[in-house]
Amino acid sequence: MTAPLPVPGTPAVPVLALGNILLVTLQGDLHDGMAEQLQQDITERIAHSAADGLVIDVSGVDIVDSFLGRVIAEIAASARLMAARTVLCGMRPAVAITLVELGLTLPGLETVLDAARALELFAQAPSGAGPDRSEGGT
Amino acid sequence: MTPASDPATATSLPIGSDADLAWVRHQVRQFAAELGFGLVQQTKIVTAASELARNTLVHGGGGQARITPLRNGPASGLQLVFIDTGPGIRDVELAMTDGYTTGGGLGLGLSGARRLVDELAIETEPGQGTVVTLVAWVSRASAVRPGSG
Ligand SMILES: Nc1ncnc2c1ncn2[C@@H]1O[C@H](COP(=O)(O)OP(=O)(O)OP(=O)(O)O)[C@@H](O)[C@H]1O
Ligand SMILES: [Mg+2]
Repeated sequence: MTAPLPVPGTPAVPVLALGNILLVTLQGDLHDGMAEQLQQDITERIAHSAADGLVIDVSGVDIVDSFLGRVIAEIAASARLMAARTVLCGMRPAVAITLVELGLTLPGLETVLDAARALELFAQAPSGAGPDRSEGGT
Repeated sequence: MTPASDPATATSLPIGSDADLAWVRHQVRQFAAELGFGLVQQTKIVTAASELARNTLVHGGGGQARITPLRNGPASGLQLVFIDTGPGIRDVELAMTDGYTTGGGLGLGLSGARRLVDELAIETEPGQGTVVTLVAWVSRASAVRPGSG
């Protein structure tokens, strides 16, 4: 993964298209407004491309609070409505522990350890957003 | 045991925008790391601070954060105070309930933040504003020796 170095306070949010998959790399400290903008950008990217998969890489994120957690959940929900399957990857252990204690467990969101595994998952099941993936509206 | 908090070392930061929230997180992280909090505790404290700073901004209409290092014998800690002069909280117990929100959030900010730190206290008066004080102490298990990370 070649990502630009995160600059504190001014994170770039690169969205990379890999065939039918969009790879979004969150890094640094995302301002609330940027997170909301990202939600809109991704949903539009999915609409205007043939993407049926979305990988959100959070390995560069050092905190997820209830706001960012909600944005991620909403991105996944809107991707699902656009017939794309979302996989979250790279969550740091400290972030995972904190999220559970906060009470935010992101139910219904598929997760894997890293971006490579996320891409493998899509390679195995190319049309992941099929009808058997209606996993309840949590 | 009253922890010594030296007002001279307190840092006040304004909370008036998204960018201010990011700066508060950054500063809290900096203090926590310097005081020797381990990575997991740092993450918890910064996350709690982010929740409260956002409440100050969104529900309180803006205000300020005050960061004060604490010392109690050999123990180091961090006190964070979030102050606004907004509408206040009518029913604090209700506001502390998981899932309670008046603003379309998840309602996890206050209740979740309390689980992430050692102490959380709320002083509020309807129409007068809200002051939320968080305290976290470096836990022996997770403390990093200075210089080791
Ligand atoms: N500083 C404040 N001033 C006024 N009301 C507040 C303040 N902080 C919290 N509240 C009230 O307490 C409620 C619960 O706060 P909490 O942070 O738990 O949830 P939320 O902010 O609504 O959602 P979330 O933080 O999960 O996005 C808020 O909806 C609001 O009504
Ligand atoms: Mg909140």
